[in-house]
This record gives sequence, C-alpha cells and structure tokens, in this order.
Amino acid sequence: MEQTDTLICITCPMGCSLAVVHEGQTVIQVTGNHCNRGPRYAQAELSDPRRMVATTVKVRGGSKRLLPVYTAAPFPKSRIFELLAVLRNLEVEAPVRADQVVLANALGTGIDVLASRDLS
Amino acid sequence: MKQKYDVVVIGSGPGGLAAAIAAKRAGAHDVLIIERDVELGGILQQCIHNGFGVESLKRDLTGPGYAQRFINEAQALNVEVLLDSMVLEITPERHIIACGKEAGLVELDARAVVLAMGCRERTRAQIRIPGTRPAGVYTAGTAQRWVNIEGYMPGKRFVILGSGDIGMIMARRLTFEGATVERMLEIMPFITGLNRNYVQCLLDFNIPLQLSHTVKRVLGSKRVEAVEAVQVDERWQPIAGTEEIIPCDTLLLSVGLIPENELSRQMGVKIDPLTGGPYVDDGFQTGMPGVFAAGNVVHVYDLVDWVTEAGLIAGRSAAEFALGKRPHPSADEKTCRTKASENVRYVVPQRVNAEALTQRPVKLQLRVLHPIEEPVWVEARNGDDLIARQAERYARPGEMLSLDLPQKAYDAVRRAETLTVNVVRRRA
Repeated sequence: MEQTDTLICITCPMGCSLAVVHEGQTVIQVTGNHCNRGPRYAQAELSDPRRMVATTVKVRGGSKRLLPVYTAAPFPKSRIFELLAVLRNLEVEAPVRADQVVLANALGTGIDVLASRDLS
Repeated sequence: MKQKYDVVVIGSGPGGLAAAIAAKRAGAHDVLIIERDVELGGILQQCIHNGFGVESLKRDLTGPGYAQRFINEAQALNVEVLLDSMVLEITPERHIIACGKEAGLVELDARAVVLAMGCRERTRAQIRIPGTRPAGVYTAGTAQRWVNIEGYMPGKRFVILGSGDIGMIMARRLTFEGATVERMLEIMPFITGLNRNYVQCLLDFNIPLQLSHTVKRVLGSKRVEAVEAVQVDERWQPIAGTEEIIPCDTLLLSVGLIPENELSRQMGVKIDPLTGGPYVDDGFQTGMPGVFAAGNVVHVYDLVDWVTEAGLIAGRSAAEFALGKRPHPSADEKTCRTKASENVRYVVPQRVNAEALTQRPVKLQLRVLHPIEEPVWVEARNGDDLIARQAERYARPGEMLSLDLPQKAYDAVRRAETLTVNVVRRRA
C-alpha cells in the first residue's frame, strides 16, 4: 500500500519539509528536499530512525560535578531511554580528554559514547 | 599580566574566542581575554547538545566540543586569559578596570577592545506575566545551567513558554532526566526556533505544542502549582473562554534574548534600538574608535557558526586598528549607511565603508519581519539601483539572512549614501 507522509529533515538547520511517498519502509519518492541528504534522511527515518544523544555523566575528582558526553554516531531512537539509564549509573574519573571513550559499544550497538570536553 | 595589550577581548564565548584567535592571526602581539566564569567557552559549556559547527566546520559537534576546538587554538596561539574576573568599566580611552577573587583589582590598557559579552535572556518581569510570584519560574538558560553543569533539577512537571531553540532543547533535556514537560506554549502562530529542533526535541517525545497561546497567569503561593494558559488573537490579545489551567511545578521562559551591553552603554557606545547592540561598521567597529563588538553582543544570532564568523572579522579588524592599519570610519567620508526597508527588521552592519570592498566582499546580516514561505530576493539598493541581490528559498524571522556585497560593487557603494535592504517575493 503506497502512502505519503510529511517529514521534516533534521540533517541541517534548514529543516526541509519532505513529502515522502513510501510503501512500508521502502521509499518510492521524496520531494521538497533541497539537497541529497533529504532522501537519505527519509529512508533512515522510515527503516531505522536514529538520533544523536547528548547527556551528562557523573565525574569523580574533577573541577565539575558533571561531564557532558555524546554518542559518536546517531543512536537508535527506540533505545535512547535505555542508553540514558546506563549513563545515569556511570561514573568516570577525572582527568578526562575530549573525545575520550566513556562507554564503549553502548548497548551492543557498536556506537561509543564520548566525552564532549576536557575536564581536569 | 601586562600593563598594555594590543587587543583585549571581553568574554570568552564563541565570539570572544574567535576574535582573540583572529587578532593573533592578524599580527597582534599581546592579546588578552577577560572572562567572568572560571573557564573559557561561555554559554557553549552548558549547551551540551549537538548541532554546532554543521555549517562552518561541516562537523556536528556538541557545544562543549565546539568550544574545545577554539579554546585549544587560542591556547596554541598564546592568547592570554584572565578568568573569574568581571570587567567593571572601560573608558573611551580603552582603560579597563576588572576585578576578581583571585586577581584582585586589575587595571590595564588596550590599543583595541573587542566587546563579546553575548546576550541575556528575557525574564518574567520583561514580559509581564500576571499572577503570584512563587518559586519555580526560571529562564530556560538558567535551568540549562543547573541541569547540565551543576547537576540540579529545578522541577518535575514543566510548562515552557516560548518555542525558541533553548526552550525546545530544554524540553528534550528535561525529558531525558525524567521530568514531564506538560506543554510548550508559543504566542506567535509559528515556532520561533529551528524546525529540526521541533522534530527532535518535541515531536520525538510527544511534547504538546500550542501556537498562538500564552500564559495568562501563574498560580501558587510558595511554589508554582499551575499556570493558566490562554489562546491569543493576531494582536496577542487573550481570547475569553479559551483559558485552561495546566498543573505544573515549574514554568520555564524561552522568550527571547537581548544583547548584553551594560558595559558598552556605560562607556558611551551608541546602541541601535532595532538590534539592541552597538552600531557597527563592516569590520564590527562600534561608533567609538578602537572599540569593536563580536557575536551576540551585536545582534542575536541563531547559529554559533555565524557568531564565530563575526568574531573572526571583529578580531582581525581590532588587530588592524591596534597595529595602526585601520582608520575609524568617522574619519572617512565614504561610509555608507544600511537601512532596513521592505520586510526587514534590521541590518548589520549599519555602516559600510566602500574601501573594505577593495579587500574582500562585505556580508550584510538581516532578519525579516514576517515569514515568506516562497522564493525571495534579498536585495540591496541605492534608490532604485540594484547593487546586490541573492535568491533564498524562503525567509523566516527565526532564521538570519545574509547578503554579500561583492567586490565589484565598490563603485556603487562608494556613490551611495544609503543602501536600502529589502526581502521581496521573487515572483512579484
């Protein structure tokens, strides 16, 4: 069954409004995009929606109480809260360097969680 | 610490860091950043979400990650830093008085100053929300600092007034930390932040948004207990009968940002009432010789990438001034004014020196008054003569537009007293 949905592309700040004709998870046609990232976003959004996740973890012995962290790649949207629960119980030791791995292979996705900044 | 610097930058957010880096690159020897916080980076340190640098660096970085790159570069260039110190006064002769717990009272002189104090959030008092005055009404940025840096949750059930980017990003952040965001209310008939944030911060987590709605009053004695929401008409007047009580313990305000210019005003820098920031020229020099301004202190940007870009220009210009290579525009008769005209709220810079075009193009930055969801021209004219124009697919008040004056416009700009800037439908 062919159907049309409207998606807003989040790849860049422009936020193109995409009209996506699809059959289940198969994209047939995308219009409204202003670059070729639009159709790619639409396909990913239908079959395996992912988001960058940024949060904080506790840090021991640092100049701050919290260390900001982020996923090295977009993370499966349906498992974000599962990931947050793991990170809530994580504590890292200062000093930390930016882009240092804080949690490797998070939830077996192959995606690392990295430190956003140096923290002494 | 030295007694005299070529360039002193006030503030170490993205605008200040970029200015300090550019000043060094342009040949300034002694460059100092004065920062009131205990570390560099400004507001970026609390903006832990991603989305920074997509335009200019072609990388999707977090706020702290974006700051880190510029902090590293400033350090590599031996930019000096005075942390935990507040600038109290700058004189028109660029004598600076600062004060800090560790540093004590500091006095020094600058050949050029870059103002990079950023902006402040509008508060409850500035939008005059009626009702009681309980605890639990905060600006979104204040809550962001508590949650992301200090590790403190300001409430459990939130209503957020205003659909600016900080508000939407906080809606997601609070949801991540286990709170409930009951509602986002926006007085305008459109969201004021970016579409992408609407998707990934509100839609993703089913946070209800009501456009053309505002808070009629706050309820609660010691702590917020509820807010009364109401629909408004096109003149923002409440529509009787549409009131709704929304129980909550916290109201966050994301209702606009204002350039922070207390220092600038005190030293006598002239402020443009349209932007809330100093009048500047193409090199971001203010009306006061040797005083430059970078980033949100000039006008509020929606992307950090453009703050960095503006900071780089301001820093380079400040170094040129300090090294005696740049005159003050008031000494130059060939300065031309820019004027916000059809569907344009404001234009920065407010003055363009045609001579700048002998070096490089000059970028005008502007915001529209009303959204146009169809192709537009952004154009600059001298009377009826078209000097430059650029096609855009749409124009929205929430998204800054820019227009490059090309180098070949030199003669036209030199002849012009005023450049009027318009944003018009392409079809018309």
